[in-house]
This record gives sequence, structure tokens and C-alpha cells, in this order.
Amino acid sequence: MTTQIPRRPWLQRWHVKPIGWTLIILILLVASSRMTGVDVGMFFSNLGQFTDLLVRMSRPAWDYLPIILHPLYETIQMAILGTTIGAAFAVPFAVLAASNLVHNRWLRGIIRLILDLVRTLPDLLLAAIFVAIFGIGSTAGVVTLAIFSFGMVSKLFYEVIETIDMGPLEALESVGANKLTIIWYAVLPQIMNQFVSYFLYTLEINVRASTVLGYLGAGGIGVFLQRSLNEFNYSQTSVIILATLVVVMVIDGISNHLRRVLL
Amino acid sequence: MDKTPIISFKNVNKVYANGTVGLKNINFEIPQGEFLVVVGLSGAGKSTLLRTINRMHEITSGEIRVEGESIKPYKGRSLRLLRRKIGMIFQNFNLVKRSSVAKNVLSGRVSYYPTWKSILGLFSTTDKQKAVQALQRVSLAEKLYARADELSGGQQQRVAIARTLMQDPKIILADEPIASLDPLTTKTVMDILKRLNQEDGITVIVNLHSVALAREYADRIVGLRAGEVVYDEPIAAVTEADLNRVYQTV
Repeated sequence: MTTQIPRRPWLQRWHVKPIGWTLIILILLVASSRMTGVDVGMFFSNLGQFTDLLVRMSRPAWDYLPIILHPLYETIQMAILGTTIGAAFAVPFAVLAASNLVHNRWLRGIIRLILDLVRTLPDLLLAAIFVAIFGIGSTAGVVTLAIFSFGMVSKLFYEVIETIDMGPLEALESVGANKLTIIWYAVLPQIMNQFVSYFLYTLEINVRASTVLGYLGAGGIGVFLQRSLNEFNYSQTSVIILATLVVVMVIDGISNHLRRVLL
Repeated sequence: MDKTPIISFKNVNKVYANGTVGLKNINFEIPQGEFLVVVGLSGAGKSTLLRTINRMHEITSGEIRVEGESIKPYKGRSLRLLRRKIGMIFQNFNLVKRSSVAKNVLSGRVSYYPTWKSILGLFSTTDKQKAVQALQRVSLAEKLYARADELSGGQQQRVAIARTLMQDPKIILADEPIASLDPLTTKTVMDILKRLNQEDGITVIVNLHSVALAREYADRIVGLRAGEVVYDEPIAAVTEADLNRVYQTV
């Protein structure tokens, strides 16, 4: 006596959906590289120049390290300041943009439009504007990073808020708590660890971003990176990159640790 | 038995936006201090009925009175004051799992404080003691500093009851409070509710699936089917055959 297994429908048996999607994505990739004139072949034929650059960078000028320690320190300070200011402003906006907390579609729509707009502005453009306003220096960098972080963090935050368990909110509502108290008692504890994790992720991105911002005179390690590249002094470039890598790794380590502790 | 009704339903109807009938012509009164059990199939409208009492759900027509006052015009602060005197217990406990038991219990008291005080956690010493006492009543005082998600389901439900006690409720609404619990913890939780009913005179309304439990604890049983009251008898008059009628499919 064998059990009659129900027949799988045709669609599932031949994995029509996953195969179909893979094909569509492949076709889109090939088509878009054709249309934009990206030549993959050139990447491989010019690989020699790339290795040449790597070889030149493979002898870091370690005596350059003491010189860049201070600007690196400044970069970290800029990143921390910018991320903190941006994230602080992001929290109320994230709350107002979350569809499970704000049922007014107009309010939510307007808030999201503002956030989209902020995210559309490229950070290099922002840096150029603020260097023009505040002059060359780290103030311009901090403001740029703050706005950049605000746009990014608020989106990450409201997406986290939309995944929370609504049960505690119902309980607090039944207790007779007002909106602000409900958010404080029932929403924030649920999202705190992910907030911290996203905050540190943004901090890490900002450390890297501020190296680029230095190009525009927005302070920090970027100024030195630009200088070394202009002088074709690749052994100095590699020291800067390695030092930045250490900072990024330290932040990553802190982030991993905090996530474990806060979970 | 001539107690004044603490809750009364008068021609209450609820129709959802998509046309589904939630409640249909509900008429009954709940005297103060009663332990009322509402039974019925899933989707019969038990949860809806319960949530209309503290206005977590709005009704389409009719009138609900709590302590003789129509609850319809309440909004903002007056609505929060209504909710403050009505405690609510949920099937999924609805604790903030990542917060401590103490914070969860104290959160039941926030409606007695201005917003800034509750946000800063500035609870009075009296209220902190009250929180410990509330936990003592559900035999969980030693868990004060534990995180809510370290507790078992039955313990979480008891913490939820302690949170409700912080409101000094006159009414407790319990929506399937034991649906996610095992038989032993079920008894603990139901016994606590019964004790609050008898010792503190809190009016308790419980939604249950189990007819056996309903007969064991209720002063009176109301049966709902498809949003309508199809049964309403004091416990002395309840028979098994009657109750089976409630569970007939429409």
C-alpha cells in the first residue's frame, strides 16, 4: 500500500518561475551593457596597468604614517559628528514615515518625498555647496556627512520600524497612553539594537565617504589622499588606504560586538 | 441581584468597511463585579465585542455605556481616561519583550503621569512599590529585573496582568488569555483573574474557546455566533446541550 503523493503542478515541477527570472535578469544585464557601451573585454586586456599600479602601491611608505595620524583622527571625528547629527534628526522623520505608525497618507507621503529628495542629492554636490558656504575645512565635511547620513539612516530606520511587533503598541494604547509614550515604551525598545547597528554601518560608510570629500577641501584624510595621488606617490596612497582600512575594521568589530550584546 | 450595570450594550452594530458584519444588534448589560465569559467560534465577533468596550474598535451604530456614561463622544484625553480604567489582557501577552519586567509593569501606570515624566521614567516611589506588589499578586516579584523574553508564556501573561493592575482598573477585558498556554498555566492565569474578580471586585470579561473552562469560572456565559448573541444565561442555568448550540455552524 503506497501513499498517493499529490502531483506537483506543472509550474513548480519545472521550476518555471526561478528559471524565468534568472533568464530575464541575464538578458537585462547583457542588453544594458550593450546599450551603454560597457566593454567587458577592455577590463581584461588592460588588467596589466592595474597590476602595475598594485605593484607600485605594494611598498607602503611607513614613515608617512605619523603625518596622516592627525588627519585620520580628524576624519573619524567628522564621521562621528556627522553621523550622530544625521541619525538624531532621522529618528522623528523615520517615525513619521512608518506606515504602521502614521495612518495619514498625506503626511507620510510628504515626509517620504523629503527623504527621497535628500537621498537624491549626491554627497559630492553637497560637499561642494558647503565648502562654498563654510569655506575649506571640516565644518563643510560634517554638515555634508550629517545630511548624507540623515537621508540614508531615516530610510533604514523606517523600514525597521515597519517590521516591529504591533502587539505591545496595542497594549500601551489600551492602557491609555498617548502617542509619544507609546512610541517611547513600545516602539523604541523593539528597534534599538537595529538602530545601533545601522548607525555604526553609516559611521563606517562615512569614514570612507569623508576620504572622498577631502578632495573638495572638506577636511580630513581625503586632503592627503588627493595630494599623494596628484604626486603619483602611490606608496603614500597605500599607507592612507591601509590606515583607513584599520579604522573601518575597528568600527566593524565594535558593531559586531554591540549587536551580539544588545540582541 | 440588583447591581447597577457597569457596562451596557444597546442595539450595537458593527459593519466593517468591506461589508462584513462584525456585531449584530447586541443588547445586554454587565453588572458590576461579574465574571462574564464570552464563548463562540473563531470569527464569531468575540474579540470585536471586547474591543468595542475600550474603543479599540469603533461601532457603526448603537450605544455602549460604561459606568452609565456613553463612551461615544470620548476622544483624546477623555478616551485615554476611559481606557485607563479598563485593563486589557491579550492572547499574545503583548509585552515589550526586550524591556525588563519592571519597565513593562510600570508602563501600565503611564496614563497617570504627564508625558515627559513617563518618558524620563520618573515614577514615584509609591508606584514603584505598587509595581512590586502587583508582581507579588501574580507570584512573580523575583522576576522584577528579568527581561520579559526570558520568561515562559505563562509568566509573561502574569506580567501582563500585573501591568493591567497598575492601571487600578474597574474592568478587565481578557481576549483569549490562555489560548497560547498549556493546561497547567491556564489554570494559574484563570485563577488569578478569578481572584482579582472576587477580592478586588473587578468586573472581568473573558473570551474563551473552551466551554469547560467557561463553566468552571464564569458567573454568566454569553454565546456569540456570527456577531449575534445567541446565548445568555447565568451559570446556574447553563447546560451542556445549550452550549453545544453556540458552536453549531451557521
